Amino acid sequence: MTPVANNTDESTDPLISVRDVSFSYGDVPVLDSVSIDVEAGAFLGLVGPNGSGKSTLLDLMLGLRRPDEGTVSLFDKPATEFDDGERLGYVAQDATEAGREMPITVREVVRMGRYPQRLVGRFSAEDRQAVDDAMEQVGIADLASRRIGRLSGGQRQRVFIARALASGADLLALDEPTVGVDAESREEFYELLHGLNATGITVVLIEHDIGVVTKYATEIACLNRQLYFDGDPAEFVETDALAAAYGSDQHVLHHDH
Amino acid sequence: MFLTHQRVAGTPLAELPVLWLAVTGTIEWFLDNVVGPTMDLLAELLGTPMLGYPFMQRAYLAAVCIAVIGPLVGTFLVHREMAMLSDTLAHTAFAGVAVGLFLNSALSLALSPLLTAFVVAIVTALLVELLVEHAGAYTDTSLAMVLTGGFAVGSILITATDGGISVGIDAYLFGSLATVSTANVGILVLMSLVVGGLVTLTYRPLLYVTFDATAAQAARLNVRLYKRLMVVLTALVVVSAMQIMGVILVAAMLVVPVAAAARVARSFRQSILLAILAGEFAAIAGVTLSYNYGIAAGGSIVVTAIAIYVATFAAQRLAPGLRRIGRLRPGHSETGLKADGGEKE
Repeated sequence: MTPVANNTDESTDPLISVRDVSFSYGDVPVLDSVSIDVEAGAFLGLVGPNGSGKSTLLDLMLGLRRPDEGTVSLFDKPATEFDDGERLGYVAQDATEAGREMPITVREVVRMGRYPQRLVGRFSAEDRQAVDDAMEQVGIADLASRRIGRLSGGQRQRVFIARALASGADLLALDEPTVGVDAESREEFYELLHGLNATGITVVLIEHDIGVVTKYATEIACLNRQLYFDGDPAEFVETDALAAAYGSDQHVLHHDH
Repeated sequence: MFLTHQRVAGTPLAELPVLWLAVTGTIEWFLDNVVGPTMDLLAELLGTPMLGYPFMQRAYLAAVCIAVIGPLVGTFLVHREMAMLSDTLAHTAFAGVAVGLFLNSALSLALSPLLTAFVVAIVTALLVELLVEHAGAYTDTSLAMVLTGGFAVGSILITATDGGISVGIDAYLFGSLATVSTANVGILVLMSLVVGGLVTLTYRPLLYVTFDATAAQAARLNVRLYKRLMVVLTALVVVSAMQIMGVILVAAMLVVPVAAAARVARSFRQSILLAILAGEFAAIAGVTLSYNYGIAAGGSIVVTAIAIYVATFAAQRLAPGLRRIGRLRPGHSETGLKADGGEKE
């Protein structure tokens, strides 16, 4: 509770620490000796060409996979042993496809955020309040009883953010969340993420659109099997890391929104 | 309502035989003293003598149980796009029946083929799941191989068994009302309690894993465990329902009512409830048709269920059209219509 202890805690230990991690799928190497820290309160944008290992790195950070070599720590524990599920919010790459045919309401999805704490038994008043507050916070309260498959892509992504907020997550991991979302909704979605990050939630985001990610992220990591850049977005656009990581494809990705 | 009303009591293994006797005793008492008289009364009231026959009473009770657990488990299965798994397990359960008949004949045992069907279906279900954990996904090819492989083993064992085809394999393939014994109904009621209890207890993790397995894993749910539970539940349901539905048709009870409910339900919970209602309607109507016209029960149930699906489909397609016609009628103001029905739910 003392401010001093709090301070040292936040300043010394990164929330995620990836050390010399290598990973391969069978014979196919995906990551080669990658080291990166994510400080509490950061907004990290992970960029890199298709197949560069971004999603794998995110999985490793969250402890969903075990590295072949190296270590990953999450909230000061080995990532695969970390078990406070409610502190992690995950929004998947194909979240815009999930459940389009499944008859499930927005509220039912957001309630999943409370499942780590309440796998069985009745929801408490606190649980219900957390669900309502989360939906309110991302502006989907009026959609609560709608089937999620009948929402727009942008609305659906807010539902998944709300699910993370309902659980009280302090780390939000998103894997290309705005694929298939129109440009305007995408801007709104990033404004929302920016606002959440400002409240202290750490954001790790995979994004193929470099224009939008350099605008909102506080830190950029550029990956293609190895880490080509890790630092300030303003610096990133001036280095040749992008060209190096993307090879000859780099001009394709320079478009602006 | 699914979450609140039941819990399965923990039972030490040593007490199982006693429990089993108690259960079968209770079932028999229940059939003789509750179901029987109630049905007799119904038979008299409705003027339908078939409800008075004990074998029909057993058939109805079995059908009612199947129509609860089939759609209940099927809802999770269908929305994970694993509907084919139920058909695959049904066909391997046929191999299980054949194993039972073969063992009985070869070793002069008196095992219930249903028992060996449960064992074989559960083992296959877990093997398939382990394969999936290893390979990462269900593939058409692997399911087709397990399905046909199970059926092939079954057919070999049946023909290798003394007495061969004469053991009434038809009853397992196409289902039968007449062969449902009291013991079978007992097993079915017990299975319904077990499956219903397990789904009730694990409703939340099953739903999370069905909807978004990666996020469930990030939330530190034991995704692997719940996926395995799901396939075991499927095996239990498929074998339970096989008696009446038949190996070839049993998957329909896990799929068709669920597909119909998914079209109209407003929430996941409601979709389970509607799927069970559709299943009950199909099961009761199917058994009745089967008795009255001397046709296969499984087939009648499936055709009724598909009719329900087609009806919901048609109703959904026609409803907006009818509403539009309503809108064109004079006297309806444009604004009033927008206020009530602009967005369909």
